[in-house]
Amino acid sequence: MTGPAVLVVGAGPAGLSAARELGRRGIGPVVVADREAVPGGVPRHCEHAGFGLQDLRRSLSGPAYARLLSRRAEAGGARILLATTVVELDDGGGVTLVGPGGIETLHPRAVLLATGARERPRSARLVPGDRPAGVFTTGQLQQWVQRGLPVGRRAVVVGAEHVAYSALVTLRHAGVPTVAMVTDLPRHQTLPAFAAATRFGLRVPLRTSSQVVGLLGHGRLESVEVEDRTTGRVDRLVADTIVFTGDWVPDHDLARRSGVELDPATRGPWTDGAGRTSRPGVLAAGNLVHPGETAGIAALGGRDAARRLAATWSAAGTVGAAAGLEVAVSGALHSVVPARVDPADPPHRLLLRTTAFGPGRLVVARQGGAEVGRHRLRHATPNRSLSVPGTVVVRADPLGGPVELSLV
Amino acid sequence: MTRTGPGVYDVAVVGAGVVGCAIARRLTLDGASVVVLDRAGDVGDGTSKANTAILHTGFDTVPGTLESRLVARGHTLLAAYAEATGIAVERCGALLVAWDDEQEASLPGLAAKAAANGCTDADVVDATEVRRREPQLGPGHRGGLLVPGEWAVDPWSVSLAFATEAVAAGAELRLATPVTGATPCDGGVEVRVPGATVRARWLVNAAGLGADLIDRMMGRADFTVTPRRGQLLVFDKSARRLLTHILLPVPTERSKGVLVSPTTWGNVLLGPTAEDLEDRTDTATTAAGVDQLLAAGRRILPALAHEEVTAAYAGLRAATEHRDYQIRCHVDLAYVTVGGIRSTGLTASPAIAEHVAALLAGAGARWSGPPVDPAPPAMPPLGEAQVRPLRDPERIATDPAYGTALCHCEQVSRGEVRDACHGPLAATGLGGVRRRTRAMNGRCQGNWCGAEVVALVAEQTGTDPAELTRSTR
Repeated sequence: MTGPAVLVVGAGPAGLSAARELGRRGIGPVVVADREAVPGGVPRHCEHAGFGLQDLRRSLSGPAYARLLSRRAEAGGARILLATTVVELDDGGGVTLVGPGGIETLHPRAVLLATGARERPRSARLVPGDRPAGVFTTGQLQQWVQRGLPVGRRAVVVGAEHVAYSALVTLRHAGVPTVAMVTDLPRHQTLPAFAAATRFGLRVPLRTSSQVVGLLGHGRLESVEVEDRTTGRVDRLVADTIVFTGDWVPDHDLARRSGVELDPATRGPWTDGAGRTSRPGVLAAGNLVHPGETAGIAALGGRDAARRLAATWSAAGTVGAAAGLEVAVSGALHSVVPARVDPADPPHRLLLRTTAFGPGRLVVARQGGAEVGRHRLRHATPNRSLSVPGTVVVRADPLGGPVELSLV
Repeated sequence: MTRTGPGVYDVAVVGAGVVGCAIARRLTLDGASVVVLDRAGDVGDGTSKANTAILHTGFDTVPGTLESRLVARGHTLLAAYAEATGIAVERCGALLVAWDDEQEASLPGLAAKAAANGCTDADVVDATEVRRREPQLGPGHRGGLLVPGEWAVDPWSVSLAFATEAVAAGAELRLATPVTGATPCDGGVEVRVPGATVRARWLVNAAGLGADLIDRMMGRADFTVTPRRGQLLVFDKSARRLLTHILLPVPTERSKGVLVSPTTWGNVLLGPTAEDLEDRTDTATTAAGVDQLLAAGRRILPALAHEEVTAAYAGLRAATEHRDYQIRCHVDLAYVTVGGIRSTGLTASPAIAEHVAALLAGAGARWSGPPVDPAPPAMPPLGEAQVRPLRDPERIATDPAYGTALCHCEQVSRGEVRDACHGPLAATGLGGVRRRTRAMNGRCQGNWCGAEVVALVAEQTGTDPAELTRSTR
């Protein structure tokens, strides 16, 4: 088989939503390749409700959401190749896939990378100590519980953003009490209701401005050393389970090996408002580009990239590299997606991440020192989605210098 | 196997690390009935599993020492053995880099020392050549010494291959069997293990970190082991493009220093630290150790700072007060001690085995069976440069389980994990599965595949998942 119109890599929310949208807009054939045996990506393992709120305006469980997105993509005409790994994007536009049918090379007109993100494991976080069993990420924990594997007896949860509270719920579901949550920030980063229910309802203490400085245990985890960064005091918490949550890193290996440039802040490919990357013919969407966002935001990103691709699609034309005005961040702001915009056709939203609470909630866009737009956020919380309408850049000069976003 | 009496082995080897396994293999092939005893649940589960994984030439050993001779011989033997068994070797060569005047001035001396150690192809190169070969090196480097014979090797497969071959030739492997006592007796040695006494005509002590304790049980005190901890960081495969050679520092009296090396699995290794400890079990990493390594890494290869760390671990080397290997045959005690095997032990292991066999022959030892010459075992192709089952249509045609990916990061099939759970050297825990297959050793550290691997291993070995997750071993 050769030459689908578009090859989508990754059958998660972004990839499946993009595939469906392409089909709806008459672009085809579309092939979606995923290395897993079951399509749907991360939501497959998230049993709680709330999936689909942003993109489908309804609430589903993760597995139901995953199934629905797969069905819709296929209904739109996409072919989903499962247990299929995309090995390489060669310089000539050939894409090598390895799957149950062996090795094959496709020549798609465009490739959309939607390989998602994962939480950094303990080792990548450089947490010292022994190497005992009982060390998880949230994603791993969810699969453990879904399979009915035994988890442990007493857990510490590292992180205090949405996903950490999700981990806590999963632990509770598995009958494992959480003895403490630990965050290096001065307060939690979730909805006040979640935090209050956890702290006062479940009586799980939150250790703020603290970090895990050691794991102890020769076989199974026995205790966790937590340092209060304000006082320097180290407490040893007895626990046989620890869950490292958040701290997302894109699964960017294929992108990187394909010569797609990465944004040093997100560690995913930098893109323009149409999802185009530094490499012509290669687009990227979803949590590969903006790690840590919800499945719904990833799905909307995939849909939007597909829409924009379809709008410029022509039978013979090629898909170019990212273009437009550079967008940068300063101060406490850590990253912005996309990194290039067209002021005449701005993206629906700019996704920001900040490293600190505040200073303020006002995002100001400046070009050459002059303000071109502003938007007041409802909150400026680290490890949480911050969204600014793309219209903040419409007054920028398309031929001018970079637009810089800052928080005041 | 025939034995020289009811339940009497020709040789009892204490220690199933790479050295003990090499000795067991050698003696078994020579016709001896051999029993190997180790307190760990797997072979190569101590020092042998946590080292820098280098096939050394011995260019920087002290000329004239036993270590110098055995490392050089071991290089030849192990390279040939790896070739025969399919153990991954990366023939990358090493570049020892000088970073100041004093170090640069020491290069000709190091080249002369290399030659004295039989490593005649080591060449001094100037800074331009160093930069040409390793353009990512940090600023301030001077000239260097090129050592083409220093290679990366898959260390885990070496112990496994030796043990597999020994067992196939008749050796008995008793794991999870700590030795609690050993005494010379009439006609040999009595070794006490929980609930039993093992009798053998000869005892070989290859107990690594515990070698001095076994030595004392036998009434000797030839040396004292001081565990020297080496912490190591493994970087993501995307860092592999940053270097071509094993990058060595100029060695000091105390240590070979911190090196950066390609691994046969396609990663980059940074380490080790060198910390003398009291505790023979303390394989924890520390914040100070990790910081020290990261600082060294930034100096040597600045771009390493932007790469993700895949794994961090620490191993203990069995350092002694002596500078050379401590291999002695005490004929009166029917006892050979193999102590003080330092970081070069992986390379030297087959030569140490040969040396021990010669010592025993010289002491008049005779084996109860004839020499055997089986085909070397075929080890799984775990090297990044080898054809993995997932990429091998012929293999997949024999069994579709080799075509089903289980661990995506390391490209491990279900068939390989299943295979690791069976056979005479079956893995009994998740650590054993990791070392036999690479599953869960990649950048996500089991985030994606961990649950599935545990479920499969539990099913294949008939072990309760709760038992499997009681330890990472």
